[in-house]
Amino acid sequence: MKYLRQFAARLTGHAIRIFARAITAVRADWQGIEPVPRQRVYFANHTSNGDMPMIWSCLPPALRRDVRPVAAADYWLKNKLRAFVGPEVFNCVLIDRRHEVNDKPMDKILAALDEGSSLIIFPEGNRNMTDDPLLPFKSGLYNMGVARPQVDLVPTWVANLTSIMPKGEVIPLPLICTVTFGAPIHVQDGESKDDFLRRAADALAALAPEVRP
Amino acid sequence: MTSTTADILLLAFGSFAILIAMTVLGEVLRARQPAGHANPVLETYMTRVQSWWGMVTFVGLALLTGKIGVMILFAFVSFAALREFLTLTAKTQADHIALALAFFVVLPLQYVFVGFGWTGLFAIFIPVYAFLLLPIVSALRGNANRFLVRVAETQWALMITVFCVSHVPALMTLDLPDYSERAVLLIAFLVMVVQLGDLLEYFFGRRIGRTKIAPGLSPKTWEGVACGVTSAMLIGGMLSWITPFTPLAAMGMAGAASLVGMFGSIVFAAIKRDRGVKDWSHLIPGQGGFVDQLDSVIFAAPIFYHLTRYFYT
Repeated sequence: MKYLRQFAARLTGHAIRIFARAITAVRADWQGIEPVPRQRVYFANHTSNGDMPMIWSCLPPALRRDVRPVAAADYWLKNKLRAFVGPEVFNCVLIDRRHEVNDKPMDKILAALDEGSSLIIFPEGNRNMTDDPLLPFKSGLYNMGVARPQVDLVPTWVANLTSIMPKGEVIPLPLICTVTFGAPIHVQDGESKDDFLRRAADALAALAPEVRP
Repeated sequence: MTSTTADILLLAFGSFAILIAMTVLGEVLRARQPAGHANPVLETYMTRVQSWWGMVTFVGLALLTGKIGVMILFAFVSFAALREFLTLTAKTQADHIALALAFFVVLPLQYVFVGFGWTGLFAIFIPVYAFLLLPIVSALRGNANRFLVRVAETQWALMITVFCVSHVPALMTLDLPDYSERAVLLIAFLVMVVQLGDLLEYFFGRRIGRTKIAPGLSPKTWEGVACGVTSAMLIGGMLSWITPFTPLAAMGMAGAASLVGMFGSIVFAAIKRDRGVKDWSHLIPGQGGFVDQLDSVIFAAPIFYHLTRYFYT
């Protein structure tokens, strides 16, 4: 039964990737890093529930095997299908966002890093529904950078998903999605939290393609 | 084997012979490069030749399958081109349903109309019905911000990538006396004269091009275009045996298609420049996107279709 579930998870993963490719022709643009196996935290902008599957789909297999998206437990445990896809297909690190539960999210994240996994995180915390390119970052990214300074923090811009699948729409539009990976950053000695988070947000926003509308 | 099939195979083998020559040339040049020094121009050339192999194979297979294969191939091309185009146009969430309709209703219906040969409907479906109905769908969502820009750009995208592209397979539905079952060869004729004309325009433009046609927009020169169109006419004349045209008429048709196509690709260069992109997408290695590859065919197709319809049906 266990092997059957694993097999089903792999099959579902393939299906998700084929679907993402067929609809959005998703492509990785490796601007600041090479697609080689290295421990990284990919931190990305968040406008749609499709963001994470897009980044996951465009990683080459060797990198995809070691990557674990950090995601909200309330979303991924809502029903049986999601509870299968989130933890078993994407191998998510699930974080409980409820206030009454003290889930110690940073412990889980650091544990995953110490196992050697790379992570995908969305430091804005929530989907960005504003016209600004990014919401203010939460402090998690800074804490990771301080606790595990050897890990590369890679800014990752997912373009176009607001138009492909806006909040509240059912049918995804087949537009081209590009995922751009920038040069890695690290927390510098004596850098304050706010300074670092601002620098991280600037590095991420700088990757947004300049398409004049 | 019918004579049409034999002719398609002959054209395919002819194209493969040219491609083999181009591949061998590239490999010889590659072998003469000092070890460890890749020549970027040569590598781009080789990537392009590889993409050409793919394209000749796909088009050849589609033509051999006949009407169904051609319809499916060009419906897919329209889909890929529309996707590239709408990625760069102005849109908001208020347009979401209108755009979904464009992809999943307007595009398939257009190819159904072409497939069944409903000429009247396929000629007005997008210019009239989509033109009027899609803006209504957008307007109902109540967002007036840049409304005219949004609906105009969506309509332009549909006209170019669906309406114009569908005129290539529509050539098969023309009712030409004593030629109807060979009409698939008209597609081969159009695509070959336009694309080979482009290739030679590029070649001669690099060699003897002096006077830029649209400086700051496109590297095309009057000298290159003149040589390219002349070459297309000669190639068209040589290919007249697969068409219902006399050799002289075939030259005229090839020249008209090639000329319109070349200026069409300047129009696409202007759009790309305005949007600040170099290519429409990355989907065809070495060439950019589907629209980059087909820009001249897209402009030439409706003109070629209507000239043929006017003079030969």
